[in-house]
Amino acid sequence: MTIDISQFHGVFFEESFEGLEVMESELLELDASNPDTESINNIFRAAHSIKGGSGSFGFNDITNFTHVLETLLDEVRSDKHKLNQDEVNLLLSTVDCLREMLTAARDGTDIDQAQVKSIHDELERALGNDSVTEAEAEEDNVVDDNDSEAIASALEWHVHFAPHLHLFQTGNDPLRMFRELEELGTLTSAANLSKLPPFNKYDAEECYLSWDLVLVTEANEEQIKEVFEWVEDDCELSIEQANQQEASNVVNVVADKAAPISEDADASKVEPIVDKKKAADKKAGANNESTSIRVNISKVDALINMVGELVITQSMLSQFGEEFDIKNIEKLNEGLKQLERNTRELQENVMQIRMLPISFSFNRFPRLVHDLSNKLGKKIELKLSGEATELDKTVMEKIGDPLVHLVRNSIDHGIEMPDERLAAGKPETGTLNLNAYHEGGNIVIEIVDDGAGLNRDRIFQKAVDRGLIKADEDLSDDKVNELIFSAGFSTAEQVSDVSGRGVGMDVVKRNIHDLGGVVEVKSEAGKGSTFTIRLPLTLAILDGQLIRVGTQTYIIPLISIIESLQTNIENTKSITGDVELYRLRDDYIPVVRLHSIFNIACDSAKLNDGLLVVAEAEGQKIGLFVDDLLAQQQVVIKSLETNYKKVEGMSGATILGDGTVAMILDISSLIRLYREQAEYKTSSAMNNQAA
Amino acid sequence: MNPEVRDESGIGLDVDENVNQFLTFMLAGEEYGVDILRVQEIKGWESATEIPNTPDYIQGVMNLRGTIVPIVDLRSRFELERIDYSNTTVVIVLKIKTDDSEKTIGFVVDAVSDVYNVSEEQLKPSPDFGSGVSTEFVKGLATVDEKMLILLDIDHLIDADIDINQSAMTH
Repeated sequence: MTIDISQFHGVFFEESFEGLEVMESELLELDASNPDTESINNIFRAAHSIKGGSGSFGFNDITNFTHVLETLLDEVRSDKHKLNQDEVNLLLSTVDCLREMLTAARDGTDIDQAQVKSIHDELERALGNDSVTEAEAEEDNVVDDNDSEAIASALEWHVHFAPHLHLFQTGNDPLRMFRELEELGTLTSAANLSKLPPFNKYDAEECYLSWDLVLVTEANEEQIKEVFEWVEDDCELSIEQANQQEASNVVNVVADKAAPISEDADASKVEPIVDKKKAADKKAGANNESTSIRVNISKVDALINMVGELVITQSMLSQFGEEFDIKNIEKLNEGLKQLERNTRELQENVMQIRMLPISFSFNRFPRLVHDLSNKLGKKIELKLSGEATELDKTVMEKIGDPLVHLVRNSIDHGIEMPDERLAAGKPETGTLNLNAYHEGGNIVIEIVDDGAGLNRDRIFQKAVDRGLIKADEDLSDDKVNELIFSAGFSTAEQVSDVSGRGVGMDVVKRNIHDLGGVVEVKSEAGKGSTFTIRLPLTLAILDGQLIRVGTQTYIIPLISIIESLQTNIENTKSITGDVELYRLRDDYIPVVRLHSIFNIACDSAKLNDGLLVVAEAEGQKIGLFVDDLLAQQQVVIKSLETNYKKVEGMSGATILGDGTVAMILDISSLIRLYREQAEYKTSSAMNNQAA
Repeated sequence: MNPEVRDESGIGLDVDENVNQFLTFMLAGEEYGVDILRVQEIKGWESATEIPNTPDYIQGVMNLRGTIVPIVDLRSRFELERIDYSNTTVVIVLKIKTDDSEKTIGFVVDAVSDVYNVSEEQLKPSPDFGSGVSTEFVKGLATVDEKMLILLDIDHLIDADIDINQSAMTH
């Protein structure tokens, strides 16, 4: 019987990626000169389970790669090897490399073999150098039979063992042989299931399996052969030495030369399986990405409790229904109230399931700050707070990139070089704070640096150069700071790969806006700047203002609304007949008549009779002319695309209390629609005139 | 689920593998059929919420137990004269397969008629009416009990639909 082992792949990858995260964060905190045993153990354990997992799933290149890593870690663990900072950095790049290998294995894509090999070699070198010194030391000391020592002075053997079908009939059991091998050293085995027949043709007395074994041992070829002595005639057996690197004074160059050959040989042997897997993974890979979610068991328990209560309420209510008496109306009302409470609680708790602590997003920053500050030669301390603040998984996924950009920006532009800081009378090490907290129905994320702050004059000058503002414009500091979010704006004097391509901040702002959030910046010259991101907790629900046009009800997201007002006809100006502008204090804003843009009936086309809802998107204000304002309420967002397609001007739909459907307006898309229609009108008017 | 599986499972319908079942409905006096396995449910007409700036035959969207389902008026889709909806007006909710997904769409018809078994032999390809008549969503014609049924290929109904939408959007 073929067990479809691929069904466990998802779990393996998920756990491996988690393991890598553990390794990474431990490595970042590791003090190379005096490593903490517990963190080394943690790193070792993570590497070990990745190795084990990849072995059982047949990702042999990952197994081999992790094996070297594990060996090195094991030596560190047993104090045979002293780590230095370079090696910690090497281990970090090993983690990166492993991540790429795992991603490649998951998506069925190719990996950069050269990079893998160079890191592999570097690890070997770290091991090799060490074992050389160790071997010298050994000459003086009596050899102790520590396991890791054995590995250090051991050879790696690749054994291909393909028994003939009748192996079992000769009374031999491969399992026993493997146990025997294991006594010689560390054994990793990968079974090849490709010859397994379909279940109905399966004969329990025949051996369909073959194995690729990797044995790390001090034993010589003879000893290994001895294990297979009884089955030599009943199988295909090949025993190759994989790795020339030895505890004795074998030069490292030899090891480097030997490695590629054996790797190639290895690759060709397992190719058929890997190829099949790749093809299968490629098919599934596209939309396979992280579809699962880990939920705290207490949240699930709370849900189960709530459903229990709901069931009780339901049975109570149905009892009232069966023997309804007007005297019981009081109780019925009570029951309905209880039902309402249950439903609301249930809703809140279900939403809770999608909530993850923001630490999932924050966790990547220690590494980022570490790498970037090394690269730029700056000294930066990262402080995280409010990591337990929870937000919706989808929001979290989408806020990741903008956050990275803002943090990079603060490191690159904000915090100064150590000598500049000292000259300015500030501590040499800059501080970068990442805070998250809840405020109302929003989550607020702050990125605070104590760097130089935004340079008002330079931003102003740049904006003038780029034609964004006029040189004589009088702007408040906040307005000037806002300019950094304009498209094509970058004040970095030198374009680096960290930031300064000028496509950054406007994209950040747009991404955050797409999530229904806002980003602000506050800055004080010489003291630092603060970026504040305000996001809705979830994308599934929004606070909406219900409005009415004719018989139709629409919902405007509250976050887009600035104010609503009764129109005064005197403030309305018509331009070229079609475009209406409304004077709102110092601003002129275009009036968008929803009834005409949607081509539906309305109560009255006179501006005096209706109301104007002033809304803003992408920095543009518009006045939406509606018949009436109805209630404000939270609505559940439903996609129109699931069964239909994207509709211009709408971000989705929702179901109102009475079961009818109402459309949710998307202000930025409405503005586009308005412009298109205005252009269309003008062009057709011109055509008419021409005719 | 295909017919022979039904047969094996012993539901006892008298069908063999060449026979497909079709649900038929009335539209302006003609009887049309759709593959019964695509029918999700049949429900009475309830008012739908209009979607602005969509072609006339998109009647709007309806709430079908929490999902938003677009409603297509089949009469105006086929460019037939529209009639007022009455209490026999029904919506047939069908599952439509597009290239990459499955969509649920409701179709407003005059009335639901019957279920017929149609074998492959009974199925005749629709004659070529020339390019002036759109027949891409007609799968074929079948004669059952002296009646002619027009069998619809509902997947192509939505293909053609999207094309029309796009041309309508671009004016």
